[in-house]
Amino acid sequence: MEESALIPHLFRTEYRKMISVLCARFGIEHIEQAEDIVSETFLAATESWSTRGVPENPQGWLYTTAKHKTLNWLKRNNFFREKLLPDLRYSTPEGEEPDIDLSDRNISDSQLAMMFTVCHPSIPPESQVALALNLLCGFGAQEIADAYLTTPAVIYKRLGRAKEKLKEAGIPVEQPSAREISERINAVLKTIYLLFSEGYFSSSNNAVVRKELCVEAMRLNYLLVEQPLANLPAANALLALMCFHASRFDARVGESGEIMLYHEQDASRWNRELIEKGEYYLNQAATGPMLTTYHIEAAIAWWHTHQEDTPEKWDNILDLYNRLLILQYSPMAALNRTYALARARGKQPAIREAEKLALTDNFLYYSLLGNLYTGVDDEKAIRHYQTARQLANTPSGVAAMEKYIAELTHRPVH
Amino acid sequence: MNEFLLVFRRDYKTRETQPSPEQLQAHLSRWRAWFEDLKARDLLARPLQPWEPAGKVLKHDKSVTDGPFAEIKESIGGFIVIKAENYDQAVKIAEGSPILELGGSVEIRQAAG
Repeated sequence: MEESALIPHLFRTEYRKMISVLCARFGIEHIEQAEDIVSETFLAATESWSTRGVPENPQGWLYTTAKHKTLNWLKRNNFFREKLLPDLRYSTPEGEEPDIDLSDRNISDSQLAMMFTVCHPSIPPESQVALALNLLCGFGAQEIADAYLTTPAVIYKRLGRAKEKLKEAGIPVEQPSAREISERINAVLKTIYLLFSEGYFSSSNNAVVRKELCVEAMRLNYLLVEQPLANLPAANALLALMCFHASRFDARVGESGEIMLYHEQDASRWNRELIEKGEYYLNQAATGPMLTTYHIEAAIAWWHTHQEDTPEKWDNILDLYNRLLILQYSPMAALNRTYALARARGKQPAIREAEKLALTDNFLYYSLLGNLYTGVDDEKAIRHYQTARQLANTPSGVAAMEKYIAELTHRPVH
Repeated sequence: MNEFLLVFRRDYKTRETQPSPEQLQAHLSRWRAWFEDLKARDLLARPLQPWEPAGKVLKHDKSVTDGPFAEIKESIGGFIVIKAENYDQAVKIAEGSPILELGGSVEIRQAAG
């Protein structure tokens, strides 16, 4: 570990663990206190470590310090006895010192519990995602703002409101029951899906933050499949989907930082290990009566792990997109379907279908039309790529469009 | 040369301005750089000494509690003893302290006698 990145690294890995453990211990209504304790712990670290150097086990140092600060807080004004003890959930046998359990086991249990608290139906979906980023992934207002192309002040307000809701609702942070899991699992999976999508497809230029979003989404999903009650087919399907996508994460960027579209990618740069993991979870997902959108999307993503184009591959992908759209329509899925249609049935029918969608404010729509018209009507292809270039909001998007325009412009006339 | 006590106090509770992980890292580096600078200029009257973040508080009735608490608005982040001719010079030196960038303050006392 480069020492210059030590604190950011520890902050990302440890902040969320300590927050979850403390919230599980005190109850969500004391979330701000938990955040203060953890923030102070990090501040204390900067001072202490500046005089003597970084301790041998910085994680242990943070845990010990956070524990001391918490116990002091509990004892202050007999807070523990007066306010927490009457609530049996948090009680400790008479005369015993309250303890803070920072074992690995309790950390992952607490994080899982927090996931189900954050995704309680009383919390609006957009707040769930912001809270998940903040409390479960340890992202600060600045990083969330980077991912969503907004200002930290906006995110700070959104988080503040979401935390108020969380406190008002007073949802216990505890191991969810089978019933609670079945009631909230959809919201939990949706939140994880959004976290991942934000990282994978986001317009933010901060590649480090984007990759971490994907890693975090997968980590949270992993916590689910590790818990027998939450290890549901849909959770496995989502994890498989993310493994397949993530296997191409690095291959998506070319040497000069430009987007490499799927068919341009160097398949040897795809991560085989992740693909195999994805296949494992997809198999795990193939039980039970429920076919979710995650199952279908995972199956589509699985076909994409085979770069070689066969009629079978594109027929299957097209069929899967058709089923996906029946289950849950979305313009982006419809757009992707037209690409599969072009590969399976040719460009003409795909162009007709694509133009019906008329997603005229969408970069990907014009980029796809550019692709479909290439070789059919290059003049039109160029015009579509030009529109896409104007709508692109990342340098890599602009670079990719310029590359296609240049290729078409310099193509010899037939 | 006289000796001056510099006590670093910090406002722990300003949530809006809580530093990001990167700012914390930069903060740590600036503390180090500042200490190195004081050492290099031979301005430290005592070697640097880290203090545990949590300690004890003895109250007027001689009861002892663990502390300091998170609730104390300002908390002592640490102190050092420096060498300076006079208050003006000691203040000048203290102005380099990174505690100021996070809303903290430095209390300066000359050793008497």
